[in-house]
Amino acid sequence: MGPILSAVVAMGGLGLVLSAALGVAAKVFYVYVDPKIGEVADVLPGANCGGCGYAGCNDCAAAMVAGEAAPNACKAGGDSVTQAAAAILGISATAAERDIAKIFCRGAHGAAERKFIYSGISDCRAAMQVSGGDKSCSYGCLGLGTCVAACPFDALSMGDDGLPVVDERFCTGCGTCVSVCPRHIPQLIKETQKAATLCSSHDLGKIVKAICSVGCIGCGKCKKACPEKAITITKFLSIVDHEKCNGCGKCFEKCPTGVIQSLVA
Amino acid sequence: MGDYLLFMLSAIIINNILLIKFLGVCPFIGVSGSMDSAIGMAAACVFVNVLATSLCWMVQMFVLEPLGLEYIQTLAFIVVIAALVQLVEIVLQKVAPPLYRALGIYLPLITTNCMIFGVAVLNIREERGFIDAVVYAFSTAAGFSIALILLASIRERFAIGRIPKVLQGFPSGLITAGIVALSFYGLVGLA
Repeated sequence: MGPILSAVVAMGGLGLVLSAALGVAAKVFYVYVDPKIGEVADVLPGANCGGCGYAGCNDCAAAMVAGEAAPNACKAGGDSVTQAAAAILGISATAAERDIAKIFCRGAHGAAERKFIYSGISDCRAAMQVSGGDKSCSYGCLGLGTCVAACPFDALSMGDDGLPVVDERFCTGCGTCVSVCPRHIPQLIKETQKAATLCSSHDLGKIVKAICSVGCIGCGKCKKACPEKAITITKFLSIVDHEKCNGCGKCFEKCPTGVIQSLVA
Repeated sequence: MGDYLLFMLSAIIINNILLIKFLGVCPFIGVSGSMDSAIGMAAACVFVNVLATSLCWMVQMFVLEPLGLEYIQTLAFIVVIAALVQLVEIVLQKVAPPLYRALGIYLPLITTNCMIFGVAVLNIREERGFIDAVVYAFSTAAGFSIALILLASIRERFAIGRIPKVLQGFPSGLITAGIVALSFYGLVGLA
């Protein structure tokens, strides 16, 4: 009876002391956590994409509650999340205009030349290490799908032509693909943008012509054709200003390579 | 001093807790997928291992042995370690929020790390004094960190490498761990 009793007492005593210590610590070191943070975090998508600029959805929720971030800070969530977050915080908010990713290269298999056959690690960042990538164009998409693998929302897929395809239903504009791409081929544009030059090449028109049949050669015909003066040519690449473009479509007709395109389905 | 250096070197590399003694293998495979989580786990382990070892040593010396209760050592140590991890979490959240955030989920995960318990028991079995026990705990945890970060760096490379689909992820991780352990085994007997 003796040894059992002392064992029970010792373990019981140990448990009592430890639980008392825990109980005291929980009181002494009590940290007030605003319950709103949890509620806001619940309505956020929970993908921890980092598109808002915070370390994750919980951080973003804490910032919203603290008033450091607006309820529309979550780019991935869109209008419904903004409204839900604003309702919890007791303020009104309007959604920020939605951004989506667009692939600024059309150099598919056959359209763009390749310098050599790359058979290394299937990752664009790795391919960039081998004399700057296998594509002749030093600005074009390498097509190994690093952005596809990185997309936290499964909005990107690799097309048969060797270029990634954005599924606009799932794209949230978080910008993960933009930062992961060594050539910054995916770019974020406003969802409502009507026209864009789907090329990233700043090479001379002559060079572009020699290595890619669908690149922007910087000829400036679109700029002349545009009645709204929405197009600028920067280093042999035409860029459409979303604010000014009204989608009239005059530039599409003039473009010799068809690289400037309507984004309205 | 030289004795201590040899003692530490032995605990860190030659008798590496993970690769030679095979204690704490679950986090070795579980959190070695990326460098960030490996470093977080390693830091949390060093921190808790030293604290848990000193506390367990005191419980053994001042509670269990005077009462002749060495046979419930396992039970007592597990309770002590679990409570300690919980306590550390509560205190850190208040006192050092940045450290709390850095250690994150790895702190509670340590409760089930058999290295912590193993080191506490080994210290008692080898009849080490308090200072020796703490030094041993620190060196062991440092060895754990080295092995964990070593494996994480190799597995991060494998993640983008072209390896057969059946071997991707855990299988290649296990094979790698085996080879790393084998190479460490070459050092056995040096000290």
